[in-house]
Amino acid sequence: MTDAIVAEGLGKRFDEVTALDGLDMVVPEGTITGLLGPNGAGKSTTVRLLTTLMTPDSGRAEVAGLDVVTRAAEVRRVISLSGQHTAVDGNLTGFENLEMLGELLHLGRRRARTRADELLARFDLVEVAGRRVKDYSGGTRRRLDLAASLIRTPAVLFLDEPTTGLDTRSRMGLWDTITELVAGGTTLLLTTQYLEEADRLADQVVVVDGGRVVARGTPHELKREVAGERLEITVAPGADAAAARAALAGVGTGAVVVDDLGRHFSVPVDDGVDALLAGAHALRAAGVPVVDAAVRTPTLDDVFLALTDKDQEYSG
Amino acid sequence: MSTLGVAFHEGAVVAKRNLRMILRVPELLVNAAVAPIMMTLLFGFVIGGAIELDGVSYREFLMDGIFVQAVLFSAVNTGTVIASDITTGIVDRLRSMPISRSAVLMGRTSSDVVNNLVVVVVTAVLGLVIGWRVRTSFLDALLGFVVLLVFAYALSWLMAVVGLAMRVPEVVSSTGFTIAIPLGFLSNAYVPIDTMPGVLQAVAAWNPISAVVQALRDLFGNMPANAVRPDAWPMQHPVAASLLWIVVLLAVFIPLATRQYWKAVSR
Repeated sequence: MTDAIVAEGLGKRFDEVTALDGLDMVVPEGTITGLLGPNGAGKSTTVRLLTTLMTPDSGRAEVAGLDVVTRAAEVRRVISLSGQHTAVDGNLTGFENLEMLGELLHLGRRRARTRADELLARFDLVEVAGRRVKDYSGGTRRRLDLAASLIRTPAVLFLDEPTTGLDTRSRMGLWDTITELVAGGTTLLLTTQYLEEADRLADQVVVVDGGRVVARGTPHELKREVAGERLEITVAPGADAAAARAALAGVGTGAVVVDDLGRHFSVPVDDGVDALLAGAHALRAAGVPVVDAAVRTPTLDDVFLALTDKDQEYSG
Repeated sequence: MSTLGVAFHEGAVVAKRNLRMILRVPELLVNAAVAPIMMTLLFGFVIGGAIELDGVSYREFLMDGIFVQAVLFSAVNTGTVIASDITTGIVDRLRSMPISRSAVLMGRTSSDVVNNLVVVVVTAVLGLVIGWRVRTSFLDALLGFVVLLVFAYALSWLMAVVGLAMRVPEVVSSTGFTIAIPLGFLSNAYVPIDTMPGVLQAVAAWNPISAVVQALRDLFGNMPANAVRPDAWPMQHPVAASLLWIVVLLAVFIPLATRQYWKAVSR
């Protein structure tokens, strides 16, 4: 498998602000990578550099094997961008927007119109096709924006915060659309500040903060790596807390935490399912009745807060 | 398709979008047409009574100045609209697409020709109502309007540079008028140059606005052929001077605007 995006030591400054401070990233072909980070982390700058809208001050990047600075014109032939600000024209209708972009891509008038109709149908926009875009709802406008980035099938698609500002229903609708989209094999780089979005869509998550990559991996790996899984046990009232603690200490990889009532136990573990079975077995052997047992995998929220909050000491 | 053909096609697609915009948001065009109407009425009926000219009515003399002032004001719109266009996401999309570097500017300046045409027609109709006439041949008149519109096209590029440099539509508008008003008044548009103090006479005689206004007066026959005019070369050969100014403006401001466009949007 080749890499669709390779970035090495990308740096970019705006006056006194360092937007990117040596960002490295690899996106394998045909995968979805989520670029996750708080506001001002450098997500959009990364996208703008990779889509040739800006040039880096230092470092280099390739998209589809083409250098984004020296072969920018060729890069533009193989990418599509759906930016943070909806890039459709409010005073044109949905159809006119797509037709215009098709003509700009030299499809020819007839082909541009057919393509516009195809995309309107595919993105469920037929009903609003003749209406001016400024009268669209936020979710509808984003769907049109996404349609606009697919007039040609790009090798690499960039979506910069595609669901920011949308309500939950529209966001979930857009997620479905994006999922279908990449089923076709398009490589997708998606920036988002929503952890749930990265969790839902991305094969690989790259967490950026302060212009640098602070973590990367599958959503699952990140959760484990940063916060780790914990075995959470609740015992029956009146059970022997000391026996329970001793039993659980044997299956955990760290200190057992007990609540004030002596009924709830929490211990870090390596392999959640094995630990759950072993813990249940050990408790039964010690004669401690268990009322609830679960492996808690941290959410990406835990990961995110741990990685991006500089004031917080985190041991995981 | 050749590179030039590609750029032309893409500029035309953008221009089509802009023309649709004129129909959708007609306020912009109405505003552009209001300025010359206002200036005509103010100077023709309020100030003009105090101005005496030999052998020609002031209102007829004035209209040729108003034509040029009208397209100068209209060019400020070009700058304002470009500034507001580059702040929208659509420019990011266009720049990430494989289209020519100048498509957006080409499209804007060419669709503004239609804007200017409307402004010129409105001004001409108003002129006819208050006594302005074409007193030469059809061909001379046609040449006059062509010079005016091509000059307007060159001014669009100048104001495009202002728009791209200032970037904030309100600032572009005030800067544009700060350029356009003195440029218009330091010329022969409203009063004969020989009524000005010495230094200003030289400035006014070499002001490109004066050349075009004088060219219109000659081509429309709005000034007696034997009327005294400054000795400066542009005033003696106004049509040639106008064409020369047009070439100079285009040669300077098209590359400048194109370069600035890429700088402005890549920030």
